[in-house]
Amino acid sequence: MPKIPLASWVDSLVEWMGDVFSGFFDAISLIIEKIVQLFTDLFMLPHPYLFIVILAVIAYFLGRLPLTLFTAIGFLLIDNLGYWSQTMSTLSLVITAALISVLLGVPLGIWAAYSRSASRIIIPVLDFMQTMPAFVYLLPAVTFFSLGVVPGVIASVIFAIPPTIRLTRLGIMQVSGELTEAADAFGSTSGQKLFKVQLPLAMPTLMAGINQTIMLSLSMVVIASMIGAQGIGAEVYRAVTQLQIGKGFEAGLAVVILAIVLDRFTQNIFKSKKRGA
Amino acid sequence: MAILQVNKVSKLFGTNPEQGIQLLEQGWGKTRIAKEKNITVGVNRVSFDIHEGEIFVIMGLSGSGKSTLVRLLNRLIEPTSGEILIHGKDLRKMNKEQLREVRRKKISMVFQKFALFPHRSVVENVEYGLEIQKVDKSKRREAAMKSLELVGLKGWEEKMPDQLSGGMQQRVGLARALANDPEILLMDEAFSALDPLIRRDMQDELIELQDKMKKTIVFITHDLDEALRIGDRIALMKDGSIVQIGTPEEILTQPANDYVERFVEDVDLSKVLTASRVMRRPETITMDRGPRVALELMRERGISNLFVIDRSKKLLGVITAEDASDAMKNNRKLEDILITDGPSVGPDTLLNELFEITSMSKVPLAVVDDNGRLMGVIVRGAVLGALAGESKSGEVTQDA
Repeated sequence: MPKIPLASWVDSLVEWMGDVFSGFFDAISLIIEKIVQLFTDLFMLPHPYLFIVILAVIAYFLGRLPLTLFTAIGFLLIDNLGYWSQTMSTLSLVITAALISVLLGVPLGIWAAYSRSASRIIIPVLDFMQTMPAFVYLLPAVTFFSLGVVPGVIASVIFAIPPTIRLTRLGIMQVSGELTEAADAFGSTSGQKLFKVQLPLAMPTLMAGINQTIMLSLSMVVIASMIGAQGIGAEVYRAVTQLQIGKGFEAGLAVVILAIVLDRFTQNIFKSKKRGA
Repeated sequence: MAILQVNKVSKLFGTNPEQGIQLLEQGWGKTRIAKEKNITVGVNRVSFDIHEGEIFVIMGLSGSGKSTLVRLLNRLIEPTSGEILIHGKDLRKMNKEQLREVRRKKISMVFQKFALFPHRSVVENVEYGLEIQKVDKSKRREAAMKSLELVGLKGWEEKMPDQLSGGMQQRVGLARALANDPEILLMDEAFSALDPLIRRDMQDELIELQDKMKKTIVFITHDLDEALRIGDRIALMKDGSIVQIGTPEEILTQPANDYVERFVEDVDLSKVLTASRVMRRPETITMDRGPRVALELMRERGISNLFVIDRSKKLLGVITAEDASDAMKNNRKLEDILITDGPSVGPDTLLNELFEITSMSKVPLAVVDDNGRLMGVIVRGAVLGALAGESKSGEVTQDA
């Protein structure tokens, strides 16, 4: 039996998509680039010290003194080591990827929760996205969006969106049938039921999904740097390829600090909301 | 006219429920349909009318279809066949918009496990129904507060539901249902999750509330005592069908079949039957007669005492044969021997409250209405006789 020419099928599919949808991909590319640029400009606008103070104040209002100290010291260290601008571009990439993931993922998660047939399609696709090695879809991303930050964002979204979709769906499905029944019994429209009952109750689970999405997109930054996305990931990649152990550690530490701060921030945003309620 | 009319309503679960309806019409049994066609009969061609202002209890054991039935009444579950008329309009023919309007304005629901929204405070829960109708904030807050006050939860409005005890949570559930000012309240095993003492209090309060507000209440329960306590009428369900509909007394004293009879055989009748049921027609005399006439009357009827009333049938007191014969000898008048502090009760007094009174009193118990007019008399034997299952009033003999 001859080998199935799966590889050449995929090749021609990618080529065909590149031809047919090139206008569409260009438009997306432009939008994503603008968003990343906007965030980078925003983060680079204030002096690093001022930005650190702003972050520390936010950390304080999220309600934890240790977090405030960690944020301040961690970012001062990053600045001191000379990775400020790289860290800011990485932050922009991560936030853009997370934003797109949430904007696409939450509605998809809601749809999957409501419709059994939708979830029958969405769930296996998510499995595919999460288990397919990231390097494999890095290449088509480059084909469609050329080199630079945009394919990095796209690859991050593909890799990081599944938790948001999964946990949004889970959160909504976990809302007890009695409560949705009560919402119906009082004459809610489906929109009212969704926004006044289901989404608020799904919020803790949904936020856990968003938190995971941010962490996953951060874990993509080194891989994204291989296709030309600038930032702290590029520093790590360069250090590793040049066998500069110390430099690699420095840059890696910056990633870790950024990761911890992002994680605690997103976790606490929800907790403080809950307290306020 | 009945506020809610239910005509041959069925709910079948399965891939082809319509076929199941036809088979039911052809006389197939529930088990046969389940076995051969894989269709579950939840509610089987049920009909009844609910009158304005009554507490209509749907009572049955678990699996009898009562919870399904109550959800058919506001179409939380779609009926398979039949008509549900609210003020003569068929609920099944309404579109989504009209149905929502009915749920918002006419029918509210109270749930077994309260179903309070845990992310909303007590008052926010209560105003939910008005909020989704886009009633403006101050107005709906006002209505919610009024409703909370009605159920005795004033001062708790800012608490979260999980800070409240079960009984209080269900009061919130009740307040939420009342805030819409609905005509019909559907209460699905509303008190079943509460412990017995609190349940009893809630039943009393519900009856009181209903007296005040004149809502029509459809109350689902599996607890016969509860059904007998609060129901004006009871529909007894078994296997998706209604076995009997009647007042608590009718259910107890004239069970429609063996099932109902077995069901009610353990009921403590003394907690259901009232004074008006066991009282008999009193022998009376007016004050202007003398002791001789009274004595003659007692001898004629074979009794040992007489109630004295005025011309408007108002109870003045009671006289005994012994006193009357003394009075005759000493030439005294009736009013000299009148016992005015004899026991009397209202017509709705339950029998279990009568035991003590009848056993302590030498004279028979007078039943008087709100205006003090004598309605009847209860003798000790009558109470026991009623409990022993004598069904018609007036058959018991007076032996006091």
